[in-house]
Order: sequence, then C-alpha cells, then structure tokens
Amino acid sequence: MLSTILTYTGYVLLVIGCFFLVVSSLGILRMPDLYNRLQAGTKASTLGAMCTIMGVGFLHPEWWVKCFLLTLFILMTNPLSSSVLARASLRSGVKPYKLVVDECEEYYRKEKEEN
Amino acid sequence: MTLVDIVVLLIGVSLIAAFIRFYKGPTMSDRAMALDFMSVVVVSLMVVLSFIFDRQIYLDVAMVYALIGFIGTVIIGRYLEGGL
Repeated sequence: MLSTILTYTGYVLLVIGCFFLVVSSLGILRMPDLYNRLQAGTKASTLGAMCTIMGVGFLHPEWWVKCFLLTLFILMTNPLSSSVLARASLRSGVKPYKLVVDECEEYYRKEKEEN
Repeated sequence: MTLVDIVVLLIGVSLIAAFIRFYKGPTMSDRAMALDFMSVVVVSLMVVLSFIFDRQIYLDVAMVYALIGFIGTVIIGRYLEGGL
C-alpha cells in the first residue's frame, strides 16, 4: 500500500517536473529580453529540477537522502547564480526591454570614475 | 514506450531549445544564462537516467556536475562584471 502511494507520487512529480522544464525552455526561447529570459529560465527551471529529482527520490526510496541533498543544493545555488548573472549584465551595459527611466546608469558611471 | 521514456524525451526537447538560445544569443550574458540552464537540465536528466539504469553512482556524478556548473556560472558573471 505504502509503496504504491510512493510510486504514484513519484510519477506525478516526474511529470510535473518535466512540464516545468519544457515551459522554462520555451520562456528562454521566446522572451524578448535578457532579464525576462533570466527570470523564465531560473524560476521555472528550479521548480522543474526539484520536482524531477524528488520524483526519482520517491520512486527509489533507498536513494532518498542523496536526492534530497541534490534538491537542497539546487534550491540554494540556482537563484544565486541568476542574481550574479543579472547584476553582471546590468553593470556591463545590457539595456532592459522598453526601458523608460534608468536610475542605475549614473550610479554605475560614478562608481567607475571613482575607481 | 513507458512514462519515464517520455520524461527523458521532454527533457531532451528543453535541452535542444536551450542550445538554440546558446547558439543565437545576442549578448554574452544570454549564452552564460543558457549554459546555466543547460547544466541544471543535465543534472535532472542524469538523475532520471540513474533511475532508468539503476546505478547509484550517477547521482554522485550529478552532484559534482551541479557544483561545477554553479561555480562556472559565478566565475563567468564575475568576468563579465570586470572584477576578475
């Protein structure tokens, strides 16, 4: 009984995870701007990878600890790498889509002149 | 064709889409972002393959690959920012 419940939960989590991975790759292909693409490619892919890995952990309960560690690692590192990329591309001069007011530019220019 | 095969196929489709963005990304940050996404997708693909082939060692490979992909993305970001 318990193993049946674990197996069905694992398959449902696998399907949800690969659905979110496909949606996130569509966002990477179709979004108009670097920052939109960064958001679509990081949030949805974090959820998709976490659901897929936890699904395998439910399907194979002896590997649960390793799958949980991998999930925790992805949950901690993936938003961090996206934040680093967004900050670096804003500082290296990539403009957002349909930008009206750019308040960061003057600040970054002043900081560059001081150095 | 079981359900796990369809899951592997969909993950491969998302990998191909990320590779298209990697090929034609206008700026270098786009390419770094696509590389980061591809590393996350490859980690989840490796975990699913370890379930299919029933080998536990692939999970360790996935963990090391996640670590190296994260460090590579952070270093590329620092390089783009000009602080490296």
